Amino acid sequence: MIKKILIIFAMLGLFIVFLPLITNFEFSQNLSELASKYVRGSVDELNSQNVVTSVIVTYRGLDTLGEVTVLFLATAGIGFLLKKKNKKSKKRVASEILQTASSFLVALIVLLGVYIFTHGHLTPGGGFQGGVIIATAFLLLLLSDVNMKFNHTILQVVESFSGAFYVVIGIIGLVLTVGFLNSKIIPLGEYGTLFSAGTIPIIYSLIGLKVGSELTNILDTMRGE
Amino acid sequence: MIVALILGFALLLIGIYGMLSQKNLIKIVIGFSIADTGTHIIIVSIGYLRNRTAPILNSAVDISKAVQQVVDPIPSALVLTAIVIGLAVTALMLSFVVELYKKRQSLSIDDYQELKW
Amino acid sequence: MISVTIIIVLGIIMIVAGIVALHLKNLLAAIITAGAISLLASVIYLILGSPDVAMTEASIGSGLTTIIFLYALNRVRKENKDD
Repeated sequence: MIKKILIIFAMLGLFIVFLPLITNFEFSQNLSELASKYVRGSVDELNSQNVVTSVIVTYRGLDTLGEVTVLFLATAGIGFLLKKKNKKSKKRVASEILQTASSFLVALIVLLGVYIFTHGHLTPGGGFQGGVIIATAFLLLLLSDVNMKFNHTILQVVESFSGAFYVVIGIIGLVLTVGFLNSKIIPLGEYGTLFSAGTIPIIYSLIGLKVGSELTNILDTMRGE
Repeated sequence: MIVALILGFALLLIGIYGMLSQKNLIKIVIGFSIADTGTHIIIVSIGYLRNRTAPILNSAVDISKAVQQVVDPIPSALVLTAIVIGLAVTALMLSFVVELYKKRQSLSIDDYQELKW
Repeated sequence: MISVTIIIVLGIIMIVAGIVALHLKNLLAAIITAGAISLLASVIYLILGSPDVAMTEASIGSGLTTIIFLYALNRVRKENKDD
Protein backbone atom coordinates (compact mmCIF):
# COMPACT_ATOMS: atom_id res chain seq x y z
CA MET A 1 0.00 0.00 0.00
CA ILE A 2 2.78 2.42 0.97
CA LYS A 3 4.58 1.43 -2.22
CA LYS A 4 1.58 2.36 -4.35
CA ILE A 5 1.26 5.78 -2.74
CA LEU A 6 4.98 6.39 -3.20
CA ILE A 7 4.74 5.45 -6.88
CA ILE A 8 1.82 7.85 -7.38
CA PHE A 9 3.79 10.64 -5.68
CA ALA A 10 6.82 9.90 -7.84
CA MET A 11 4.72 10.02 -11.02
CA LEU A 12 3.11 13.31 -9.93
CA GLY A 13 6.53 14.77 -9.21
CA LEU A 14 7.85 13.74 -12.60
CA PHE A 15 4.74 15.17 -14.26
CA ILE A 16 5.24 18.51 -12.50
CA VAL A 17 8.89 18.51 -13.56
CA PHE A 18 8.07 17.71 -17.19
CA LEU A 19 5.13 20.11 -17.58
CA PRO A 20 7.16 23.36 -17.87
CA LEU A 21 9.47 21.61 -20.32
CA ILE A 22 6.48 21.12 -22.63
CA THR A 23 4.63 24.41 -22.09
CA ASN A 24 7.69 26.69 -22.15
CA PHE A 25 9.40 24.97 -25.05
CA GLU A 26 10.02 27.26 -28.00
CA PHE A 27 10.70 25.67 -31.34
CA SER A 28 13.45 27.49 -33.19
CA GLN A 29 12.84 28.61 -36.75
CA ASN A 30 16.40 28.22 -37.97
CA LEU A 31 19.19 25.73 -37.62
CA SER A 32 21.63 26.35 -34.81
CA GLU A 33 25.09 27.61 -35.73
CA LEU A 34 26.70 24.21 -35.21
CA ALA A 35 24.06 22.43 -37.31
CA SER A 36 24.45 24.96 -40.16
CA LYS A 37 28.20 24.40 -40.06
CA TYR A 38 27.67 20.65 -40.32
CA VAL A 39 25.22 21.00 -43.23
CA ARG A 40 27.55 23.32 -45.15
CA GLY A 41 30.64 21.32 -44.27
CA SER A 42 29.04 18.07 -45.40
CA VAL A 43 28.87 19.48 -48.95
CA ASP A 44 31.98 21.67 -49.02
CA GLU A 45 34.47 19.66 -47.01
CA LEU A 46 33.36 16.04 -47.12
CA ASN A 47 31.38 15.60 -50.36
CA SER A 48 28.78 13.50 -48.55
CA GLN A 49 25.07 13.75 -49.41
CA ASN A 50 23.74 12.39 -46.14
CA VAL A 51 24.46 14.95 -43.40
CA VAL A 52 23.58 12.51 -40.60
CA THR A 53 26.23 10.10 -41.88
CA SER A 54 28.90 12.78 -41.99
CA VAL A 55 28.03 13.86 -38.44
CA ILE A 56 28.23 10.26 -37.18
CA VAL A 57 31.32 9.12 -39.06
CA THR A 58 33.49 12.24 -39.24
CA TYR A 59 32.41 15.13 -37.02
CA ARG A 60 31.43 12.88 -34.11
CA GLY A 61 33.59 9.92 -35.15
CA LEU A 62 35.22 9.49 -31.77
CA ASP A 63 31.79 9.16 -30.12
CA THR A 64 30.86 6.46 -32.63
CA LEU A 65 34.08 4.60 -31.85
CA GLY A 66 33.20 4.70 -28.16
CA GLU A 67 29.69 3.57 -28.92
CA VAL A 68 30.88 0.58 -30.94
CA THR A 69 33.11 -0.28 -27.97
CA VAL A 70 30.08 -0.18 -25.65
CA LEU A 71 28.28 -2.56 -28.02
CA PHE A 72 31.29 -4.89 -27.91
CA LEU A 73 31.35 -4.80 -24.11
CA ALA A 74 27.64 -5.60 -23.93
CA THR A 75 28.15 -8.56 -26.27
CA ALA A 76 31.03 -9.79 -24.13
CA GLY A 77 28.88 -9.42 -21.00
CA ILE A 78 26.03 -11.43 -22.51
CA GLY A 79 28.43 -14.14 -23.65
CA PHE A 80 29.93 -14.27 -20.15
CA LEU A 81 26.55 -14.46 -18.39
CA LEU A 82 24.80 -16.98 -20.61
CA LYS A 83 27.24 -19.85 -20.92
CA LYS A 84 26.28 -22.56 -23.32
CA LYS A 85 25.03 -25.86 -22.08
CA ASN A 86 25.63 -28.80 -24.34
CA LYS A 87 22.45 -30.59 -23.47
CA LYS A 88 20.70 -32.74 -26.03
CA SER A 89 17.06 -31.79 -26.07
CA LYS A 90 14.41 -32.69 -28.57
CA LYS A 91 13.85 -29.80 -30.93
CA ARG A 92 11.01 -29.28 -33.32
CA VAL A 93 12.13 -29.15 -36.95
CA ALA A 94 11.18 -26.01 -38.84
CA SER A 95 8.47 -26.25 -41.46
CA GLU A 96 9.39 -26.95 -45.05
CA ILE A 97 8.16 -23.55 -46.23
CA LEU A 98 10.54 -21.79 -43.85
CA GLN A 99 13.46 -24.01 -44.83
CA THR A 100 12.97 -23.53 -48.59
CA ALA A 101 12.33 -19.80 -48.31
CA SER A 102 15.32 -19.18 -46.07
CA SER A 103 17.76 -20.95 -48.40
CA PHE A 104 16.56 -18.59 -51.10
CA LEU A 105 16.24 -15.40 -49.05
CA VAL A 106 19.37 -15.36 -46.89
CA ALA A 107 21.67 -14.33 -49.74
CA LEU A 108 19.27 -11.58 -50.85
CA ILE A 109 18.96 -10.17 -47.33
CA VAL A 110 22.74 -10.10 -46.90
CA LEU A 111 22.97 -8.31 -50.26
CA LEU A 112 20.44 -5.71 -49.08
CA GLY A 113 22.45 -5.17 -45.90
CA VAL A 114 25.67 -4.69 -47.88
CA TYR A 115 23.89 -2.25 -50.21
CA ILE A 116 22.62 -0.23 -47.26
CA PHE A 117 25.97 0.16 -45.56
CA THR A 118 27.97 0.89 -48.69
CA HIS A 119 25.48 3.60 -49.72
CA GLY A 120 25.37 5.17 -46.25
CA HIS A 121 26.73 8.50 -47.51
CA LEU A 122 24.18 8.77 -50.36
CA THR A 123 20.85 7.44 -49.07
CA PRO A 124 19.28 6.97 -45.61
CA GLY A 125 20.90 4.12 -43.79
CA GLY A 126 24.42 3.14 -42.98
CA GLY A 127 26.56 0.79 -40.96
CA PHE A 128 24.20 0.29 -38.02
CA GLN A 129 21.11 -0.41 -40.14
CA GLY A 130 23.03 -2.58 -42.62
CA GLY A 131 24.62 -4.53 -39.81
CA VAL A 132 21.23 -5.22 -38.23
CA ILE A 133 19.84 -6.40 -41.57
CA ILE A 134 22.77 -8.83 -41.96
CA ALA A 135 22.10 -10.09 -38.44
CA THR A 136 18.44 -10.73 -39.37
CA ALA A 137 19.62 -12.85 -42.32
CA PHE A 138 21.56 -15.04 -39.90
CA LEU A 139 18.52 -15.05 -37.60
CA LEU A 140 16.53 -16.57 -40.48
CA LEU A 141 19.21 -19.28 -40.76
CA LEU A 142 18.96 -19.95 -37.02
CA LEU A 143 15.17 -20.23 -37.21
CA SER A 144 15.08 -22.51 -40.24
CA ASP A 145 17.76 -24.98 -39.14
CA VAL A 146 17.49 -25.99 -35.48
CA ASN A 147 20.90 -27.67 -35.44
CA MET A 148 22.63 -24.69 -37.05
CA LYS A 149 25.99 -23.90 -35.49
CA PHE A 150 27.91 -20.76 -36.36
CA ASN A 151 31.65 -20.81 -36.68
CA HIS A 152 32.56 -18.45 -33.86
CA THR A 153 36.16 -18.12 -35.02
CA ILE A 154 35.02 -16.44 -38.25
CA LEU A 155 32.68 -14.13 -36.34
CA GLN A 156 35.46 -13.14 -33.95
CA VAL A 157 37.95 -12.58 -36.77
CA VAL A 158 35.52 -10.37 -38.73
CA GLU A 159 34.57 -8.44 -35.60
CA SER A 160 38.08 -7.78 -34.34
CA PHE A 161 39.56 -7.00 -37.77
CA SER A 162 36.86 -4.45 -38.58
CA GLY A 163 37.32 -2.81 -35.18
CA ALA A 164 41.11 -2.72 -35.61
CA PHE A 165 40.89 -1.28 -39.13
CA TYR A 166 38.53 1.43 -37.86
CA VAL A 167 41.15 2.57 -35.35
CA VAL A 168 43.97 2.24 -37.93
CA ILE A 169 42.10 4.50 -40.38
CA GLY A 170 41.63 7.00 -37.57
CA ILE A 171 45.36 6.98 -36.76
CA ILE A 172 46.28 7.35 -40.46
CA GLY A 173 44.09 10.48 -40.46
CA LEU A 174 46.03 11.74 -37.46
CA VAL A 175 49.35 11.24 -39.26
CA LEU A 176 48.49 12.45 -42.78
CA THR A 177 45.95 15.21 -42.11
CA VAL A 178 44.83 17.36 -39.24
CA GLY A 179 42.93 15.02 -36.94
CA PHE A 180 41.82 11.59 -35.77
CA LEU A 181 39.28 9.97 -38.16
CA ASN A 182 39.63 12.73 -40.75
CA SER A 183 38.06 11.40 -43.93
CA LYS A 184 40.23 13.28 -46.40
CA ILE A 185 43.14 10.83 -46.48
CA ILE A 186 41.93 9.48 -49.86
CA PRO A 187 40.56 11.63 -52.74
CA LEU A 188 37.04 12.91 -52.17
CA GLY A 189 35.75 11.97 -55.64
CA GLU A 190 32.70 13.35 -57.40
CA TYR A 191 29.70 14.54 -55.34
CA GLY A 192 26.86 12.05 -55.33
CA THR A 193 28.65 8.95 -56.61
CA LEU A 194 29.41 5.72 -54.77
CA PHE A 195 33.19 6.27 -54.59
CA SER A 196 33.11 9.68 -52.97
CA ALA A 197 33.28 11.28 -49.53
CA GLY A 198 36.78 10.00 -48.72
CA THR A 199 36.90 7.27 -46.10
CA ILE A 200 33.24 7.59 -45.01
CA PRO A 201 32.00 4.53 -47.01
CA ILE A 202 34.99 2.47 -45.87
CA ILE A 203 34.50 3.31 -42.19
CA TYR A 204 30.74 2.75 -42.41
CA SER A 205 31.28 -0.64 -44.08
CA LEU A 206 33.63 -1.61 -41.25
CA ILE A 207 31.03 -0.49 -38.70
CA GLY A 208 28.43 -2.53 -40.59
CA LEU A 209 30.54 -5.69 -40.46
CA LYS A 210 31.33 -5.14 -36.77
CA VAL A 211 27.72 -4.49 -35.77
CA GLY A 212 26.48 -7.41 -37.90
CA SER A 213 28.89 -9.91 -36.37
CA GLU A 214 28.26 -8.65 -32.82
CA LEU A 215 24.48 -8.83 -33.13
CA THR A 216 24.72 -12.31 -34.71
CA ASN A 217 26.77 -13.31 -31.69
CA ILE A 218 24.14 -11.87 -29.31
CA LEU A 219 21.34 -13.72 -31.12
CA ASP A 220 23.28 -16.99 -31.11
CA THR A 221 24.05 -16.66 -27.40
CA MET A 222 20.51 -15.67 -26.42
CA ARG A 223 19.08 -18.63 -28.34
CA GLY A 224 21.14 -21.08 -26.29
CA GLU A 225 21.28 -24.75 -26.98
CA MET B 1 6.40 19.55 -33.33
CA ILE B 2 4.59 19.95 -29.99
CA VAL B 3 2.35 16.88 -30.46
CA ALA B 4 5.33 14.57 -30.79
CA LEU B 5 6.96 16.20 -27.76
CA ILE B 6 3.85 15.50 -25.64
CA LEU B 7 3.70 11.93 -26.97
CA GLY B 8 7.35 11.38 -26.05
CA PHE B 9 6.85 12.60 -22.49
CA ALA B 10 3.68 10.47 -22.14
CA LEU B 11 5.55 7.34 -23.25
CA LEU B 12 8.42 8.20 -20.88
CA LEU B 13 5.99 8.50 -17.95
CA ILE B 14 4.24 5.23 -18.89
CA GLY B 15 7.61 3.46 -19.07
CA ILE B 16 8.78 4.78 -15.70
CA TYR B 17 5.41 3.87 -14.15
CA GLY B 18 5.82 0.35 -15.54
CA MET B 19 9.33 0.04 -14.17
CA LEU B 20 8.18 1.14 -10.70
CA SER B 21 4.88 -0.71 -10.39
CA GLN B 22 5.37 -4.06 -12.10
CA LYS B 23 6.44 -7.17 -10.19
CA ASN B 24 7.48 -9.33 -13.13
CA LEU B 25 11.13 -8.90 -14.16
CA ILE B 26 10.37 -9.16 -17.90
CA LYS B 27 7.59 -6.56 -17.50
CA ILE B 28 10.14 -4.22 -15.91
CA VAL B 29 12.41 -4.62 -18.94
CA ILE B 30 9.41 -3.93 -21.22
CA GLY B 31 8.77 -0.72 -19.25
CA PHE B 32 12.41 0.25 -19.76
CA SER B 33 12.13 -0.24 -23.52
CA ILE B 34 8.94 1.88 -23.67
CA ALA B 35 10.69 4.69 -21.74
CA ASP B 36 13.61 4.35 -24.17
CA THR B 37 11.30 4.90 -27.17
CA GLY B 38 9.74 7.92 -25.44
CA THR B 39 13.12 9.56 -24.89
CA HIS B 40 14.08 9.03 -28.52
CA ILE B 41 10.84 10.65 -29.72
CA ILE B 42 11.48 13.68 -27.47
CA ILE B 43 15.00 14.21 -28.86
CA VAL B 44 13.94 13.81 -32.50
CA SER B 45 10.96 16.16 -32.11
CA ILE B 46 13.25 18.88 -30.68
CA GLY B 47 15.26 18.80 -33.92
CA TYR B 48 12.20 19.12 -36.17
CA LEU B 49 11.67 22.41 -38.03
CA ARG B 50 8.40 23.21 -39.77
CA ASN B 51 8.13 22.74 -43.56
CA ARG B 52 11.59 21.31 -43.95
CA THR B 53 12.87 18.07 -45.41
CA ALA B 54 15.24 15.33 -44.30
CA PRO B 55 18.98 16.21 -44.13
CA ILE B 56 19.90 14.35 -47.31
CA LEU B 57 21.24 16.77 -49.90
CA ASN B 58 20.38 15.03 -53.16
CA SER B 59 18.75 16.61 -56.20
CA ALA B 60 15.52 17.31 -54.28
CA VAL B 61 17.30 20.00 -52.22
CA ASP B 62 18.84 23.20 -53.55
CA ILE B 63 22.38 22.73 -52.24
CA SER B 64 23.28 26.44 -52.09
CA LYS B 65 20.25 27.07 -49.84
CA ALA B 66 20.42 23.77 -47.97
CA VAL B 67 20.71 25.44 -44.55
CA GLN B 68 17.21 26.91 -44.99
CA GLN B 69 15.70 23.64 -46.22
CA VAL B 70 16.68 20.74 -43.96
CA VAL B 71 15.87 19.74 -40.38
CA ASP B 72 18.52 19.56 -37.66
CA PRO B 73 20.82 16.54 -38.30
CA ILE B 74 22.40 16.41 -34.82
CA PRO B 75 19.44 14.89 -32.86
CA SER B 76 19.07 12.24 -35.58
CA ALA B 77 22.71 11.29 -35.20
CA LEU B 78 22.43 11.13 -31.41
CA VAL B 79 19.26 9.02 -31.45
CA LEU B 80 20.64 6.64 -34.07
CA THR B 81 23.50 5.59 -31.83
CA ALA B 82 21.26 5.59 -28.75
CA ILE B 83 18.90 3.04 -30.34
CA VAL B 84 21.74 0.58 -30.98
CA ILE B 85 23.03 0.99 -27.42
CA GLY B 86 19.45 0.52 -26.19
CA LEU B 87 19.29 -2.87 -27.90
CA ALA B 88 22.59 -3.98 -26.33
CA VAL B 89 21.51 -2.79 -22.87
CA THR B 90 18.13 -4.54 -23.18
CA ALA B 91 19.83 -7.78 -24.18
CA LEU B 92 22.18 -7.49 -21.20
CA MET B 93 19.24 -6.88 -18.84
CA LEU B 94 17.40 -9.90 -20.24
CA SER B 95 20.44 -12.13 -19.78
CA PHE B 96 20.55 -11.00 -16.14
CA VAL B 97 16.86 -11.93 -15.87
CA VAL B 98 17.57 -15.43 -17.24
CA GLU B 99 20.48 -15.87 -14.81
CA LEU B 100 18.35 -14.71 -11.85
CA TYR B 101 15.62 -17.15 -12.88
CA LYS B 102 18.17 -19.98 -12.89
CA LYS B 103 19.15 -19.14 -9.29
CA ARG B 104 15.69 -18.75 -7.74
CA GLN B 105 13.17 -20.23 -10.21
CA SER B 106 11.07 -17.08 -9.94
CA LEU B 107 10.40 -14.03 -12.08
CA SER B 108 8.78 -12.01 -9.31
CA ILE B 109 10.79 -9.08 -7.92
CA ASP B 110 9.35 -9.82 -4.45
CA ASP B 111 11.48 -12.96 -4.21
CA TYR B 112 14.71 -11.00 -4.40
CA GLN B 113 14.80 -9.19 -1.08
CA GLU B 114 18.46 -9.27 -0.05
CA LEU B 115 18.77 -5.51 -0.36
CA LYS B 116 15.33 -4.50 0.88
CA TRP B 117 15.51 -1.49 3.27
CA MET C 1 -1.69 19.65 -40.96
CA ILE C 2 -2.19 16.08 -42.10
CA SER C 3 1.07 15.08 -40.45
CA VAL C 4 -0.19 16.42 -37.09
CA THR C 5 -3.36 14.32 -37.47
CA ILE C 6 -1.32 11.21 -38.25
CA ILE C 7 0.89 11.79 -35.21
CA ILE C 8 -2.17 12.28 -32.95
CA VAL C 9 -3.81 9.05 -34.16
CA LEU C 10 -0.59 7.02 -33.94
CA GLY C 11 0.19 8.59 -30.57
CA ILE C 12 -3.15 7.56 -29.07
CA ILE C 13 -2.60 4.00 -30.33
CA MET C 14 0.93 3.98 -28.89
CA ILE C 15 -0.13 5.26 -25.46
CA VAL C 16 -2.98 2.73 -25.26
CA ALA C 17 -0.62 -0.03 -26.39
CA GLY C 18 1.89 1.02 -23.73
CA ILE C 19 -0.69 0.79 -20.95
CA VAL C 20 -2.02 -2.50 -22.32
CA ALA C 21 1.50 -3.97 -22.58
CA LEU C 22 2.09 -3.30 -18.89
CA HIS C 23 -1.23 -4.80 -17.79
CA LEU C 24 -1.46 -7.94 -19.91
CA LYS C 25 -1.06 -11.16 -17.95
CA ASN C 26 0.27 -13.00 -20.99
CA LEU C 27 3.97 -12.18 -21.33
CA LEU C 28 4.11 -13.17 -25.01
CA ALA C 29 1.30 -10.74 -25.88
CA ALA C 30 2.95 -8.00 -23.81
CA ILE C 31 6.24 -8.42 -25.72
CA ILE C 32 4.48 -8.26 -29.09
CA THR C 33 2.57 -5.14 -28.03
CA ALA C 34 5.80 -3.44 -26.96
CA GLY C 35 7.25 -4.29 -30.39
CA ALA C 36 4.24 -2.67 -32.06
CA ILE C 37 4.96 0.58 -30.15
CA SER C 38 8.44 0.69 -31.68
CA LEU C 39 7.06 0.00 -35.16
CA LEU C 40 4.63 2.93 -34.88
CA ALA C 41 7.42 5.13 -33.49
CA SER C 42 9.39 4.55 -36.69
CA VAL C 43 6.50 6.06 -38.71
CA ILE C 44 6.63 9.11 -36.43
CA TYR C 45 10.37 9.51 -37.00
CA LEU C 46 9.73 9.45 -40.75
CA ILE C 47 7.15 12.26 -40.39
CA LEU C 48 9.59 14.24 -38.24
CA GLY C 49 12.10 14.22 -41.09
CA SER C 50 14.71 11.71 -39.98
CA PRO C 51 14.57 8.62 -42.23
CA ASP C 52 17.86 7.31 -40.83
CA VAL C 53 16.37 7.00 -37.36
CA ALA C 54 13.18 5.52 -38.81
CA MET C 55 15.15 2.73 -40.49
CA THR C 56 17.12 2.01 -37.35
CA GLU C 57 14.02 1.93 -35.15
CA ALA C 58 12.09 -0.30 -37.56
CA SER C 59 14.88 -2.85 -37.81
CA ILE C 60 16.27 -2.73 -34.27
CA GLY C 61 13.42 -1.52 -32.07
CA SER C 62 10.67 -3.64 -33.48
CA GLY C 63 12.68 -6.46 -35.06
CA LEU C 64 15.68 -7.52 -33.04
CA THR C 65 14.49 -6.33 -29.62
CA THR C 66 11.30 -8.39 -29.92
CA ILE C 67 13.29 -11.44 -31.02
CA ILE C 68 15.69 -11.08 -28.06
CA PHE C 69 12.75 -10.75 -25.64
CA LEU C 70 11.21 -13.89 -27.13
CA TYR C 71 14.48 -15.85 -26.83
CA ALA C 72 14.78 -14.79 -23.19
CA LEU C 73 11.18 -15.85 -22.50
CA ASN C 74 11.86 -19.16 -24.25
CA ARG C 75 14.92 -19.78 -22.08
CA VAL C 76 12.96 -19.02 -18.92
CA ARG C 77 10.23 -21.45 -19.93
CA LYS C 78 12.79 -24.15 -20.79
CA GLU C 79 14.37 -23.82 -17.33
CA ASN C 80 10.91 -24.23 -15.90
CA LYS C 81 10.25 -27.41 -17.86
CA ASP C 82 13.56 -29.07 -16.96
CA ASP C 83 12.96 -29.18 -13.23
